[in-house]
Amino acid sequence: MKKRPGVSSMLAVYRRELLSYLTTPTAYVFVAVFLFAIGLFTFQVGGLFEARRAELMAFFAFHPWIFMVFLPAVAMRLWAEESRSGALELLMTLPAPTWALVLGKFLAAWTVAGAALVLTFPLWVTINILGAADNAAIFTAYIASFLMAGAYLAIGSAMSALTPAQVVAFVLAVIVAFLLTALGLPMVMDFFSGFVGGGVAEAMGRFSLLHHFDAAQRGVLEFRSIFYFVSLIGLFLGFTALAVDARRGG
Amino acid sequence: MLLQVDGLRKTFGRRVAVDGVGFALDVGEIVGFLGPNGAGKTTTMRMIAGYLEPDEGAARVFNIDVAQDRRRAQERVGYLPEGAPLYGEMTPWTFLRFVAEARGMTREAARHAVRRAAQDARLGDTIDQPIDTLSKGYRRRVGLAAALLHDPMLLILDEPTDGLDPNQRHAVRDLIRRLGEERGLIISTHSLEEVEAVCTRAIVIDQGRVVADKTPAELRDEHGTLERAFEALTRGEERA
Repeated sequence: MKKRPGVSSMLAVYRRELLSYLTTPTAYVFVAVFLFAIGLFTFQVGGLFEARRAELMAFFAFHPWIFMVFLPAVAMRLWAEESRSGALELLMTLPAPTWALVLGKFLAAWTVAGAALVLTFPLWVTINILGAADNAAIFTAYIASFLMAGAYLAIGSAMSALTPAQVVAFVLAVIVAFLLTALGLPMVMDFFSGFVGGGVAEAMGRFSLLHHFDAAQRGVLEFRSIFYFVSLIGLFLGFTALAVDARRGG
Repeated sequence: MLLQVDGLRKTFGRRVAVDGVGFALDVGEIVGFLGPNGAGKTTTMRMIAGYLEPDEGAARVFNIDVAQDRRRAQERVGYLPEGAPLYGEMTPWTFLRFVAEARGMTREAARHAVRRAAQDARLGDTIDQPIDTLSKGYRRRVGLAAALLHDPMLLILDEPTDGLDPNQRHAVRDLIRRLGEERGLIISTHSLEEVEAVCTRAIVIDQGRVVADKTPAELRDEHGTLERAFEALTRGEERA
């Protein structure tokens, strides 16, 4: 009668969490703000049309920076809200493994992020009308962007598990996300190379989200970048599970 | 033995919340947890339900150690947390479906279980109304239904009648009595009258310790009334 233990719990948590995103206005507001911000940056700052090229570089280049703020806002409630309302006690007295709860919640948030990305399709349509776009490259960049979104959400999930205050979770997540992103900026790498030497600074830069997204947005998604994003997701979801389980210890 | 609790101890920082609680519970018993606020009732219940891990001692449900084999024990326990936390934006129907499926039931089994539990907890027409719009009494019943979904032999209900009006309280007590016929129940309460009305046994907890474990009648015989028994056993500790 039973499915594999944990899987059905995970799916139940996923469905509930997604439903909760869809029935509260916050998710819609976040997605709307995201779409507005990405449009603003792409056209005003990136100058998509002025470049007169049928590509979306000006669009993708801003993803790390917008995700850095947008996705912690999506993820901040995942665990913080549960501990604030007391529903965490309900979840943790279900005979479900912690990973099923963590993964179910994360996947729901990732679905919201995916939906936000899908809703940027008018840009893709526009660019195809304007010229012969490299759709394979665009598709690759979308996949990379989605993977990167997962990493930001996993960071948000981990920070949300640390505190019952959503705002604190949000701020912590933005800080961690910023550090992991900005390490790849030439400016930041130059700054660090003064202290630790150019080699170390560059190695640190390779650990940044920016570094791995850079190549991908040009349409080259390397295996090690996929590996990097997936590892970050795994790492921070592992943190989340540890933080949640630590509650049992009191 | 349905439930065997031995030497449970739990500290939060330097504060000892539960200090060597032990008792046993069999089918057909309805145990009332009595004690002042902060005595350790909720912490004890949380350890039995597998929400908190004890520092020392063990709770065994059907001889399964809750801390060692948490999920297998939790499959056999129905738990109503203090204040019955729920997801307010859901309806009782979607909420109970969620709990049933999160417990590993198939969709068909979940539907069936929800129908039965909703009937047992007398949810009536409220089943499709958002939980946020329900009265306290109905919300408590939704929490009860959630604890009953998997038809557990052991039920742990933390203040199941707290904040209910007399009619609602009466209905919940009837339900508890009915459930107690073929299960084991632990309920915590501040109402001595409730202990008289439904419990077959009263466990008085004070400062993290069991100070009495008797039938309500025995307590009454020794002290005159339950109020006096409660006062004498938990004397004078007004703590923050």
